[in-house]
Amino acid sequence: MAEPNHARRFTILWVVASLIATPLVIVLLGPILPPGNGSAQASGHVTDNTVLLAMATPVLLLVVIYLIYAVTFFRQPKGGILEGPAVRGNQRIQTVWIVVTSILVLSLAVYGTVRLEEDGAGSGGGPSPVVVPHGKKLQVQVIAQQWEFTYRFPEYGGVEVPHLELPVNEMVEMHVTSLDVIHSFWAYQLGVKADANPDVDNVVFVKPTKEETFEVRCAELCGIWHGSMFDHGHVVSREAFDTWIAEQQTKFAAATKSLPPYSHTYLPEPTRRAE
Amino acid sequence: MSPLGKKVIGIGAGVAVVGVLIALYVASWATSFPRSVAAAGSSTTTGVSTQLTLQTVAAVGAKYSPEHPDWVSYLVQSHGKWIHSTDYRVPANSVVHVTVLQYDGDSGLRNPFLSEVQGTVGGTETVDGKTINAINPEEASHTFAVPELGILVPLPGVEEEAKNQCEFAPCTLAEAHRTISFTIHTHKKGRYHWQCFVPCAAGFLTGGGGPMQTLGYMDGFLDVV
Repeated sequence: MAEPNHARRFTILWVVASLIATPLVIVLLGPILPPGNGSAQASGHVTDNTVLLAMATPVLLLVVIYLIYAVTFFRQPKGGILEGPAVRGNQRIQTVWIVVTSILVLSLAVYGTVRLEEDGAGSGGGPSPVVVPHGKKLQVQVIAQQWEFTYRFPEYGGVEVPHLELPVNEMVEMHVTSLDVIHSFWAYQLGVKADANPDVDNVVFVKPTKEETFEVRCAELCGIWHGSMFDHGHVVSREAFDTWIAEQQTKFAAATKSLPPYSHTYLPEPTRRAE
Repeated sequence: MSPLGKKVIGIGAGVAVVGVLIALYVASWATSFPRSVAAAGSSTTTGVSTQLTLQTVAAVGAKYSPEHPDWVSYLVQSHGKWIHSTDYRVPANSVVHVTVLQYDGDSGLRNPFLSEVQGTVGGTETVDGKTINAINPEEASHTFAVPELGILVPLPGVEEEAKNQCEFAPCTLAEAHRTISFTIHTHKKGRYHWQCFVPCAAGFLTGGGGPMQTLGYMDGFLDVV
């Protein structure tokens, strides 16, 4: 019996499987990919994860289908002691492989750079972020210390609070810093993760798009109670936020009097007992 | 047995012994918790209340901690004796009166926000008979904070010039100290961590190592049972 054209048969199998699986991945898996749609940045992450998954699906199918095809059709016959032919390489396949994978990786690099420059993608951009969203932004300082995050609102008398609330559909400019060691501010549902380093101002932008409760964690191993640096924050309406921040100003009036003038960083003082 | 076989067995046995020793050390370290000490309970006409009496010292002393005699630490009183432990047991849904005899000097708070009393009954503490809702952050020596319960009590330090300062625990009432008291209301059962927010670990980087990172000194648990 004549040997079938394996290359053509395999290619057809792969193309058909990819044409079926890729749209299914986009439609069925895309909407449930992390971190959800709690903010414009989080929605951006979902889009990016969907693009990555859609591009990876044909590559995964290529490998898996080839493996199954090879095991099925290139199996050594029972009792056979045939040695396979020595393969010395195939310049055409190698060239195609290098060109295609290079195009894929470079395309993702360009895509990622463009997306990152749109709004910072919820990650820290350092003290001078390359891209700053236009329009009014609510200033919030995130202060990390062993082992609690606190938040300061310079536009509201510099009041500092132990829990975070943010107004919905407003751009927030977060200034993340630390008073002692390296921490990382991670608000999962908002798609925000930014390093908190002592004496460094790490700016991150986020625009919450729905009223919800979000988790706040430290994502940098920072000492014995690192696992306890966990809290819940809330995205609320502008009216609810105004009421809440006014309450906080009253509640923490005594502490506010003791605070230093608002600054993007604070030297880790005092160090009277430190080395 | 060939020389090579003996060599292999010898090396294997040596590696096994070292492995077991390392495992025992890690297991011992990972399971070493401070002894749990129950607060003293009493019934009154207004219900059950509990008294928790603590002491903070600049140096715990060799009697309580031969390994780290110069580490800053908390101690707890049980049946009239001072015990080196930071695991305190208090009843759920009850009123707990806490008294801290503070023998350490001030270090200052890194975040002045933590100088305001939070989560106590009335939002206050009493320092040497005076009821206040915040202290001068520069004068903070330690805090008794249970973040999960929203409790934060800053503890002012003994003045630097004070006479008759305590060197090592246990300190006595005859030595210079501040008496701080406050009341908390416990709710549901749980094991909540408490900690000090003041960078008070002398000789450690940024004052945050050693006793600040070790159960039994400036960290512990509040077991609400």
